[in-house]
Amino acid sequence: MKQSRFAWIVPALYILFLMTPIYWLVAMSFKTNVEITTRFTLLPEALTLDNYAKVFGDERWRSVFANSLMYVSLNTLISLAVALPAAYAFSRYKFFGDKHLFFWLLTNRMAPAAVFALPFFQLYYKFGLFDTHIAVALAHCLFNVPLAVWILEGFMSGVPREIDETAYVDGHSFPSFFTRIFMPLIASGIGVAAFFCFMFSWVEYLIADALSRNAVVPITTRLQALSQASGTDWGVLAAAGSLTLIPGAIVIWFVRNYIAKGFALGRV
Amino acid sequence: MKPVNHKAWFLVAPVLLLVAISAIIPLMTVVNYSVQYVGSTGRFAWVGDEWYREVLHSEKFWNALWRNLVFSGVILAIQIPLGVLIALNMPRKGWGVPTCLVLMALPLLIPWYVVGMIWQMFGRVDIGLMGVMLRDFGYNYEGDPMDAWFTLILMDVWHWTSLVALLAYAGLVSIPDAYYQAARIDGASKWAVFRFIQLPRLGRVLTIAILLRFMDSFMIFTEPFAVIAGGDPVFLSTELKQTVELGKKAAMSIIYFLIILAVSWVFYAVMTRNDGEPTSADKARGGGA
Amino acid sequence: MARLDLSNIRHIYGPPGEGEPQYALRHVNQAFEHGGAYALLGPSGCGKTTLLNIISGLVHPSEGRVRIDGVDVTDKPTEKRNIAQVFQFPVIYDTMTVRENLEFPLRNRGVAAAQIKRRVDEVIEMIGLGALARRRARGLSADEKQKVSLGRGLVREDVSAILFDEPLTVIDPEVKWTLRTQLRELQRRSGMTMIYVTHDQTEALTFASGVVVMHEGQVLQVGSPKDLFEKPAHTFVGYFIGSPGMNVLPTKVDGAALRIGEYFAPLTSEPRLRGNPKLELGIRPEFVRLAAEGIPATIERIEDIGRHRIVRTRMLGHSVTALLQEHEPIPADPHLYFEPEGVHLYADSWRVELSGKPAP
Repeated sequence: MKQSRFAWIVPALYILFLMTPIYWLVAMSFKTNVEITTRFTLLPEALTLDNYAKVFGDERWRSVFANSLMYVSLNTLISLAVALPAAYAFSRYKFFGDKHLFFWLLTNRMAPAAVFALPFFQLYYKFGLFDTHIAVALAHCLFNVPLAVWILEGFMSGVPREIDETAYVDGHSFPSFFTRIFMPLIASGIGVAAFFCFMFSWVEYLIADALSRNAVVPITTRLQALSQASGTDWGVLAAAGSLTLIPGAIVIWFVRNYIAKGFALGRV
Repeated sequence: MKPVNHKAWFLVAPVLLLVAISAIIPLMTVVNYSVQYVGSTGRFAWVGDEWYREVLHSEKFWNALWRNLVFSGVILAIQIPLGVLIALNMPRKGWGVPTCLVLMALPLLIPWYVVGMIWQMFGRVDIGLMGVMLRDFGYNYEGDPMDAWFTLILMDVWHWTSLVALLAYAGLVSIPDAYYQAARIDGASKWAVFRFIQLPRLGRVLTIAILLRFMDSFMIFTEPFAVIAGGDPVFLSTELKQTVELGKKAAMSIIYFLIILAVSWVFYAVMTRNDGEPTSADKARGGGA
Repeated sequence: MARLDLSNIRHIYGPPGEGEPQYALRHVNQAFEHGGAYALLGPSGCGKTTLLNIISGLVHPSEGRVRIDGVDVTDKPTEKRNIAQVFQFPVIYDTMTVRENLEFPLRNRGVAAAQIKRRVDEVIEMIGLGALARRRARGLSADEKQKVSLGRGLVREDVSAILFDEPLTVIDPEVKWTLRTQLRELQRRSGMTMIYVTHDQTEALTFASGVVVMHEGQVLQVGSPKDLFEKPAHTFVGYFIGSPGMNVLPTKVDGAALRIGEYFAPLTSEPRLRGNPKLELGIRPEFVRLAAEGIPATIERIEDIGRHRIVRTRMLGHSVTALLQEHEPIPADPHLYFEPEGVHLYADSWRVELSGKPAP
């Protein structure tokens, strides 16, 4: 379809709108607190790396970044490991209760975190898992496993079933077929599912906050504690906030062509 | 047709186990609490539907629900048309495509708390770019509920419009060229092309977009929590967080969850309606002949 | 009244790059007379669809002009050209009913309601979709959808030409035949100019009065089915049209005869040639006789196709195919004889007119 010559203005303006608050955050991270609170400057007057130095120099900041990345990675691994066989079952077979199960999984994707925060706390406390990485990772499975199943099922349904049959005729066992033939075929789907698990675990705050106290403080909890304290250190907050953008920006690059397909649960 | 194979349950079992632990046990706990009174000594007493009545008769609950619905309505009314407009004007080839996709997806990958924090800083009338710009017009989200609403809506548009745009874009690029060529042959106007070619083809992705956006905006908690920190406006989720009595909290959770469940069901029904399309068409044909 | 003229059309897809340009169309001069039924025939990738899209304005040619009734329309957009086109795969407006689909091109042009109704009724009748007129187009089968697409192409009465781009690809063989006959009938009755793109010679030969044979971005020959058969202007035309295709053998000119090895095939008159072209003899299998005398050959295979037999032979190291009537005998020691009226001489693949003038 021919677009107007000036079509680019629309996305350009929109991207400008998206980038302005981000710019403000990043700009603040390079300013001194004196400059932030006393003067209104579009560009940092005296470019300073002190804020970043403080973040990297502080053991507590380093550990919250490590904590977040730890439970996010754990969650991505668990979600994919259980979602792959399930998605295969949904895409290839009919079985007793399949439709109901699929719907029930979906409702969990839609479950409001606020409802689950308290019972999660009690459940994991009882099992002695409270304040561990695995607890947060397992809790995030609540919405990430259904999502991964949906995305993977969408991608798997695009692979013709004849491929499975040929492999069995050629004498492959199910595990060997699945890992050596099928998984490479849906590699992009696995990448997208991993991306979404990573993303939703990374952006989530409420459950992660409810399940941690001292050992596993997620980055957002620390940001929250500091941003609502009196005498806020805006510069450090902005620097830490800016750093949280980086993992997302990196993973986006790898799946840029599949982002939309993933958001549509593999069903565009 | 898919073959019937009940052994497929073995493949689904891990998911079932995991989600059961994450969802069913906590949910049972909540149900249990919602019908009991928990005393300060940890003693439980059966109270039946008392908590539910209290919640359903509480003005605060209805106000929060109403606010949630208004909020969801407003952001859908802005994000869906805006997202489609952006998608229609996005480049289709060349370096502009990955640039747009990556930059536009960026807000989606910022931790929700940080999104709130960014807007908190951005909107502050003492240190924020937007706050300072709008200060002279009397803007102050910390003091004025309307300004707080405005900030929240703007923030949500900033955070999530890209989702709609990306979905719509994926739908648009999947339309074969022949459709546009046929429209030119048929002398269709730009509007007719949008109305009869692009919009119908966007139907499926827009359904997903609308429902995802409805769900997520209905559950919104973290971002307003970061911006407003407990002040106005109060949503269902913040109301829930602030409730102290365990039983009332549990009853509210259940009601909240049931609302979500009902909407999920509509979502699922709409999503799977398209899959069943040929059957209904066949029926119509049988009836017509 | 409309006559289409293409002059000096060339087309390259994509931006002009370095090195040898890849022409989709190399040099096309072609006129389509008013009221003609034309077929553009050629193998996949020969540029026929590109040519069609240049006529309708979906593609702007790299060079050359397109004229309708002498008016230059090269720079006019599709919607201002008054041309209808039907595509290879069905394009329907999902949300509209069959009837609304057919009304759409007329409504866009502001035709009066009564006239729309009359015309759409006619077209629905013609394509046989009366029972489905009120149905949503979304639920139709592939060939019903293509009928709707065809209908949308036919519904405008005032068009300069209707272009068909392999429109019957997705349609069942039986229905295909009926529809093609109907199209032909309609063309005769209405006197509209129609251009029909296909890679199927049967389709082209049964539909068109004028067949344009294309190969590698060039028009090789324009003519009636009879011309194409009797006087293929290019070895490719001889090979592409007719089944089995024309035999092509390297040869030398010797007076009013062509020499193959030590044997001679007589010509109707003596050719005159310029320069030193590559010479070939072309003869259709219909004009190859198996006789007791002539050029000795060995029979490799005989295929019985009902009323005819295809005899594959090897003669002086070349494969030559002969087409025999059912009861024609095959001699024990076969020799091939070429009937003089079926022998053509090709210089650099182009046919040499034997009246004495060299081919262009």
